[in-house]
Amino acid sequence: MSQATVAVDPHTGMMEERPFAIPSSKLVMWLFVISDAVTFAALLFAYGYLRNASPDWPTPFEHASIWNALLMTFILVTSSLTVLMAVNAAQNDDRARAFRWTMITALLGLAFTALHLREWIDLIGKGVRTFQNPWGAPMFGATFFSITGLHMAHVVGGVVALIAVGLIYKAGKYSAKHLEILSLYWHFVDIVWMFVVPLVYLMNMKR
Amino acid sequence: MATDTKSNTMGVNYLIYVVILVIALFQVLFAMMAGPQPILMLLLAFLQASLAVNHFMHLKQERPSLFLALIPYTLFVLFMMNMIWSDSVRLLHMRPPGN
Repeated sequence: MSQATVAVDPHTGMMEERPFAIPSSKLVMWLFVISDAVTFAALLFAYGYLRNASPDWPTPFEHASIWNALLMTFILVTSSLTVLMAVNAAQNDDRARAFRWTMITALLGLAFTALHLREWIDLIGKGVRTFQNPWGAPMFGATFFSITGLHMAHVVGGVVALIAVGLIYKAGKYSAKHLEILSLYWHFVDIVWMFVVPLVYLMNMKR
Repeated sequence: MATDTKSNTMGVNYLIYVVILVIALFQVLFAMMAGPQPILMLLLAFLQASLAVNHFMHLKQERPSLFLALIPYTLFVLFMMNMIWSDSVRLLHMRPPGN
């Protein structure tokens, strides 16, 4: 039985099989990801419900905003690839390269956040507030800002975690396992964005 | 041998990366030309997500029992979130149901 599939009980010293042959911390991350996915699903469900129930739902996103959203998708999906490279380097015991890719991922996360904030500032400049906007159903702002705001909070949290875990990993206190578990979270943030773009941006495109 | 497997995995990851981006571009171009189709958009988003979950998050390489164990957990969370879903009715008028 390989080390990956067993854990040593600290009290008895006995070997016991790990649940699903993965570290417990990885299982916990999977459970967290599912809980969080359902949270976003509930928000998108509520948004879809309100959108269908409102005959004057605004469609304010011009082509420039849509291309901006596509650029943000490119940045976030690329960051998923760079975090995979970090994990790959860590599994090959190349700490310097793993740290470099982790920091590149964090930088891409910051770039995504900057583009998102620019989008927010633009909408706020056009008069969009949480419960009012110049075009129609007042709930548009509440749904847009809550869904994209929660996602942006996840990205910022992920950037902080990437920097912290990257630095601790570089110092030799964390292993490849820790980077791999963090990468699960980062991929999840990417996946959520795959649903936000079509449902929030493309469905509300100006025609 | 192990290095070969890892480089193969990264090769697949590069391919998945390109496929996900192509789907995203297709979504945008389709929405611009033909208007947004909610069902198609959702299906494409699910396709992107399943590719990312299976290959980037390596769920495909985990034991099937992990995937099966996550299903009842998901149902439990969905059941608990019924409180928020039913509350979305109230959001329409920003007041409790019946008022």
